[in-house]
Amino acid sequence: MRLRLKSTASRVAGAVSRRRRSRFAAPAVLLIGLLATGATYYAVSPASASGSDSSTDAVAKGRNLFLVGCASCHGQNGEGIVTKRGKNYGPSLIGVGGAAVDFQVGTGRMPMAAPGPQAPEKKVTYSKTEISQLAAYVASLGPGESVPSKSDYDTSGYGTESIRRGGELFRTNCTACHNFAGSGGALPGGKYAPKLVGVSSKHIYEALLTGPQQMPVFSNDVLTPQDKRDIISYLKKNERTQGYGGFSMGALGPVSEGMFAWLAGIGVLVGFAVWIASHTARVRKREEGTS
Amino acid sequence: MSIDHEQRTGSELVAAEPDPVPDPGMEEHLPRPTDVDPIAERRAERQVATLFGLSVLFTLGFCVAYFAIKIKGRTDPPHIFGWGASNVALGGCLGIALLLIGTGAILWARKLMGDHEIMEMRHPARSSDEDREEALSALSLGTEESGIARRPLIRNSMLAAMGALGLPAIVALRDLGPLPGKKLFHTVWTEDMPIVQDVTGTKIKASDMQVGQLVNAEPGVFYDAFTPPGGGTTVEVPEGVTAQEDRAKAAIVVVRMDPDAITPAKGRADWGVNGILVFSKICTHVGCPISLWEQQTHHLLCPCHQSTFDLADNGKVIFGPAGHALPQLPIKVDEDGYLVAQSDFTEPVGPSFWERG
Repeated sequence: MRLRLKSTASRVAGAVSRRRRSRFAAPAVLLIGLLATGATYYAVSPASASGSDSSTDAVAKGRNLFLVGCASCHGQNGEGIVTKRGKNYGPSLIGVGGAAVDFQVGTGRMPMAAPGPQAPEKKVTYSKTEISQLAAYVASLGPGESVPSKSDYDTSGYGTESIRRGGELFRTNCTACHNFAGSGGALPGGKYAPKLVGVSSKHIYEALLTGPQQMPVFSNDVLTPQDKRDIISYLKKNERTQGYGGFSMGALGPVSEGMFAWLAGIGVLVGFAVWIASHTARVRKREEGTS
Repeated sequence: MSIDHEQRTGSELVAAEPDPVPDPGMEEHLPRPTDVDPIAERRAERQVATLFGLSVLFTLGFCVAYFAIKIKGRTDPPHIFGWGASNVALGGCLGIALLLIGTGAILWARKLMGDHEIMEMRHPARSSDEDREEALSALSLGTEESGIARRPLIRNSMLAAMGALGLPAIVALRDLGPLPGKKLFHTVWTEDMPIVQDVTGTKIKASDMQVGQLVNAEPGVFYDAFTPPGGGTTVEVPEGVTAQEDRAKAAIVVVRMDPDAITPAKGRADWGVNGILVFSKICTHVGCPISLWEQQTHHLLCPCHQSTFDLADNGKVIFGPAGHALPQLPIKVDEDGYLVAQSDFTEPVGPSFWERG
C-alpha cells in the first residue's frame, strides 16, 4: 500500500518536473510550503502575548507548555518519574514553587538537553511570558516559594557595611562550594558548583531560596532576605572591583597560579634555554694562519 | 694516569668484543664568525654593550615609576589595562632589566669568550688497594694511640658527657606543654545550649528548617551569656584566644533531610528532630571546616582531601582518608520550638590523636 502511494507520488512529481522546467519552480514551491506552514501555525497555536493574562489563564497556558516541554521527564502532572531501578528520572515538581521554575528555566538549565550528573547553564529556550506561565502552572501544583519581586533582591544603594556583612555570610555559608571569589568549584561525580560572576541578582536570590539540584536550601526564615541582599551586594562588589594585583587567573587559588608558573613561566624559560643552546653560527672557512 | 687506564681498558674491551657502533670521535671544531671576522666581532661587542646599557635604563625606569605612581592612601590607584599601574610598571621594568643583563651575558659568552671544547674522563670510583690499606692502618693506629680500649674511665665519662646533651633538648621541649588533658574530648556544647547561626547569632526554629536546608551554626554562648534553664552557673561569652579555639572546635552544620532517608544507628534514634540532624563541621582527617553538602545525595565533602561523609547514615566515611565518622551532636527543641543541644558531643571532634586511637 505504502509502496503504491510512493510510486504514485513519484510519478506525479516526475510529470510535473517534466512539464515545468523553470529553475525557480523548486524555491517557489518551498516558499509556498513554508508560508502555508507558518500561517497554519499562527492560526492554530496559542497566542503567547495576548495582553494581560488572568491567573487561571496563565496556569492553563503554562500547563500546555509544560505538557509539551517538561512532562516527558517530570510527568504529566508534575509528579515526577521514577525509573525501574528506582532512580529519579525527573523529580516531582509539586511544592517547588514558581521561584524554582524561574531559576531553572530562566537560566537555561531546564529543559535539560540530555541526562547527566548536572543540568548545565545554557541558552534560555522560553520567553519571559512563557517562563511566568510555566511558573504559574507549577506554583498551582502545591505551595512553594513564589518568584521574588525586585524589592527583594535589589541592592542598589547598599554600602560598605552591607558588603562587609555579606562577605562574612558568604565566606561562612557559600565559599565551601563556590570559592572565596565566587569562581565555582568541583563536586563529586562530575557535578560542580557554578561560578557566581555575571549571575543576575534575581537568580542568586532564587537559588538561595530554592536550593536547585545539589545546592542546599537557604530559606528566608533562616537566612533572611536582608542577609541574602547583603550576600548579593558583596558578590556584585567583587564583580566591580578591578584586579589591582594583575591576572586573577580565575581566582581559583594556588592551583591555577602554580600551573601558570610551572607550565607557562618555567616552560618558556626552558624553551628559551634550549633555543639558545641549539643556535650557534659557525663558518666553514678556517681561520687564517691556523690551518 | 687515570686517562691512560681508561683508554687501555677501552681498547681491551674493543678487542674482546667488537663495538657495533663505532665511536665517531669529536666533531670538527669550526670557528665562529666573530673569531674570523673583525667586523662581526666589533658588532657583537656593540650588541652586548647595548643590552647592558638598555638594562640600566629600565632599572632607572623602575626607580622613576616607584616615586612617580602614587598608591599610598588611595582607595582607587591608577590602572593600566585593568591592572594596577604601579605593579605593571615596577614588575615590567625590573623584569626587562634582569632579562637584558641575562641576554647580554649569554651573547657575550657565546660570541666573544673563549671557544674551546674540553673533555674530562671519568675516574674509577674504587680507591686503589694501597690507599685502602693505608686508611685501615691509620684507623687502627689511632685506636691504639688514643687508648680508648685501655682507658675505660675516659671512654665512659665521654659517653656520659655526650648523652647529657640530650637533657637541654628535653627541658626546652617541655615548654610546648602543658599536656592538653581532657580538653580534646570536650567542646563548649552542654545540655540546652541554643544552636545559633554563625555570623548573625540568631536562634534556629525547628519549624523554619526546610528539607534540604543547610545552616552553618555555632553554640549560642558565643553571642549571649548562657544560663541553663534548670538553673545553674551562667557561662559568660568567651573572649580572646580561648574564644577563637573553642569556636573553631564547636562549629557545626545543621541539615534537614527527608526523615525516611535517614538510618540512625543504635541509640541515635532520638538525636534528631523531624529529620533535622547536627554534625561537627570539623573533618576527622586533619580538621578542615566542611560545609560542602549535597542535599540530594546527603553527602558532605571535605574540600581539602575529598573525605566524604554520608549524613543520612550517621556521618559514615564513604570515601577519602578520614579515619572516623563525623561526630553527631544530639539535639532537641526547647519549649519555644528552637533547636538546642541535648549534651556535648559524645566523642572527640576533629582529627585523631594518640589517646583516642
